Amino acid sequence: MNFLIDYILIPLIKIALLLAIVPGYVAIITLAERKVIAWMQVRLGPMRVGPWGILQMVADPLKLLIKEDIVPVRADRWIFTLAPVICLIPAFIVLAVIPFGPTINIFGKPVNLYITDLNIGVLYVLSISSVGVLGIILGGWASNSKYPLLGALRSAAQMVSYEVALGFSIIGVLMLSGTLSLVSIVEAQKTSNVWYVFLQPVGFILFFVCGVAETNRAPFDLPEAESELVAGFHTEYSGFRFSLFFLAEYANMLTVAAMAVTLFWGGWLRPFPNVSALAFLDLIPGVVWFVAKVVVFLYFYLWFRASWPRYRYDQLMKLGWQFMLPISIANVIVTAILVVLLNKG
Amino acid sequence: MSTQEETLFDASEITVSMGPQHPSTHGVLQVKLKLDGERVIDAECVIGYLHRGVEKLGEAQTYGQFVPTLDRMDYIAAVSNCLGYCETIEKLLGIQAPPRAQYIRVIMTELNRITSHLLWLGTHALDIGAMTVFLYAFREREEILKIFENYCGARLTTHMFRIGGTQYEIYDGFQDQVRAFIRDFPKHVDEYETLLTENRIWIGRTRGVGVISAKDAVDIGLTGPSLRGSGLEWDLRKAKPYAIYSDFEFDIPTGETGDTYDRYMVRIEEMRQSARIVGQAVEKIPDGPIMAKLSKIIKPPVGDIYHSIEAPKGELGYYIVSDGSTQAYRARVRPPSFVNLKALRQMVRGHMVADVVAIIGTLDIVLGEIDR
Repeated sequence: MNFLIDYILIPLIKIALLLAIVPGYVAIITLAERKVIAWMQVRLGPMRVGPWGILQMVADPLKLLIKEDIVPVRADRWIFTLAPVICLIPAFIVLAVIPFGPTINIFGKPVNLYITDLNIGVLYVLSISSVGVLGIILGGWASNSKYPLLGALRSAAQMVSYEVALGFSIIGVLMLSGTLSLVSIVEAQKTSNVWYVFLQPVGFILFFVCGVAETNRAPFDLPEAESELVAGFHTEYSGFRFSLFFLAEYANMLTVAAMAVTLFWGGWLRPFPNVSALAFLDLIPGVVWFVAKVVVFLYFYLWFRASWPRYRYDQLMKLGWQFMLPISIANVIVTAILVVLLNKG
Repeated sequence: MSTQEETLFDASEITVSMGPQHPSTHGVLQVKLKLDGERVIDAECVIGYLHRGVEKLGEAQTYGQFVPTLDRMDYIAAVSNCLGYCETIEKLLGIQAPPRAQYIRVIMTELNRITSHLLWLGTHALDIGAMTVFLYAFREREEILKIFENYCGARLTTHMFRIGGTQYEIYDGFQDQVRAFIRDFPKHVDEYETLLTENRIWIGRTRGVGVISAKDAVDIGLTGPSLRGSGLEWDLRKAKPYAIYSDFEFDIPTGETGDTYDRYMVRIEEMRQSARIVGQAVEKIPDGPIMAKLSKIIKPPVGDIYHSIEAPKGELGYYIVSDGSTQAYRARVRPPSFVNLKALRQMVRGHMVADVVAIIGTLDIVLGEIDR
């Protein structure tokens, strides 16, 4: 009986919750995106649907759902159908290892606020999130149209090249914590008395910039640069299929923000986790700290979008290979030397 | 299926048709791009999707009736179109608008130049991905359109002037409204500049993109900010003063290298200079009539005339042949956008697809004027 509850019922409930929360989060962030960017641009944003337009987050997905589903005649039907799904599934399952909070007690039963704690959590996130790009390439390819093809090629090149720097930017954290498990990394930040962002500032900046590039968001939103490629890889997609791509993109934003928080900003930990004078901050549950930090990073995404022009393809590649990658490797080397020296001394 | 795959994936060159329904071709321009990967090998412009036969209409309507039609050419800068035409006919008739009308004309035309440049700035930045500038620019544009609306009731196709002067007196509070705008406007230009001028990405996207040397620019016939960006100080307001521009102090900004960034800086500075002209003009509007003495039926003497003005986009010229009747025998427009568009092919060669939209933006074309 206990076995059933521990290994089947509770994980199933957690998975169901996560599957419910992510689309809800996407609905909220789309509205937030429109509102925040509108405020930055001296306008109001959606105001008509519900008070202050808050029901817009219902109206937007509803509109997408009832739209006509168009498949171009010359498209490769199977791949065309499959591509958004390939894009979406990794975006969801990658969240399985994100620790949203510490272990809490519900009805006297300890419950972990994550679905699983893999001992190779970081590798899992990196590898699964790479699968998403396959969906984009296939989608652009299967559309059998020129703009989507250009968009897909761009994003393939972009995501592959930034993944390298992204991987290197994390290594510093791994050396400090000595573990690949995301939960252990957060706990290591507690025992070391300091969030890793203060030990790895360069690593963090590289990680976040590469993360923005990985998720194809401004100023790296080349694959869907509307002024050049109309809508990039999803030009030929409409209705629900389009919304799957959309969902995946925003879920990936969440992943990057959550990873940034977990790896560098202490996950669910409160500020100064071991300073007892600030113990009253413990009244706020860890999951709230986590969400608050994630919201900050999601806000950065929107802020970037409102502020910056878009990189050009070759400039993006140059930035990735000639700038980000050397710095991230240098960061790894410097961190390694320091870790060895300080531990010996 | 096999043929499609060959053209898409096996050939090293692909032809992409950009427009006429493309978000950043600024209207219904079609550019056929020959691409090698993302690099542009060649480009061909297809125009004519917006052709309405404006010039032919000019031969079928009386001189006075033709004026509102001209608003539909460069609809972003309708006031300039109107000024150019009215002055051409006045020159043909050998009359001059009274000073008060001249001052109103200059104020309106320069305000219109600002709206045109603001719209260019917004859309150009939007093409390159900076979306916020667009809305900031439209905020100020709205203020000018309100002045236009108060003055003549229309915001875009204003039909502001008449042959021989202006139809409407300025309204109460006009000067205050214009002064208030001119007072705040330079601050707003600084605001746009903080978003773009020193932004690394913006510089990366515009420096060295779409370079055209002064010699090539002259050979093609570029005019307006596109020419001045290449370093040539040629502005009809100074070179061949018309209206009363010789009464005002202003500078002609020029670029050095003739790239997209220089043209951006030229237009930004031109907005400041236009505001300067308006500021001078609004302080000394003379009293007097606003219409010259003119018969109700306009019958210019037999002859032909060419007159051109510095429209926001370049030299806007009118060539009118009169046969002594109430209608022109031939009405011909030299639209700046049409001539400037010729530079596109030379400018985009060797650049990337993303630069094509930047270059279309920097040429500041309006299809209503190109197709007429």
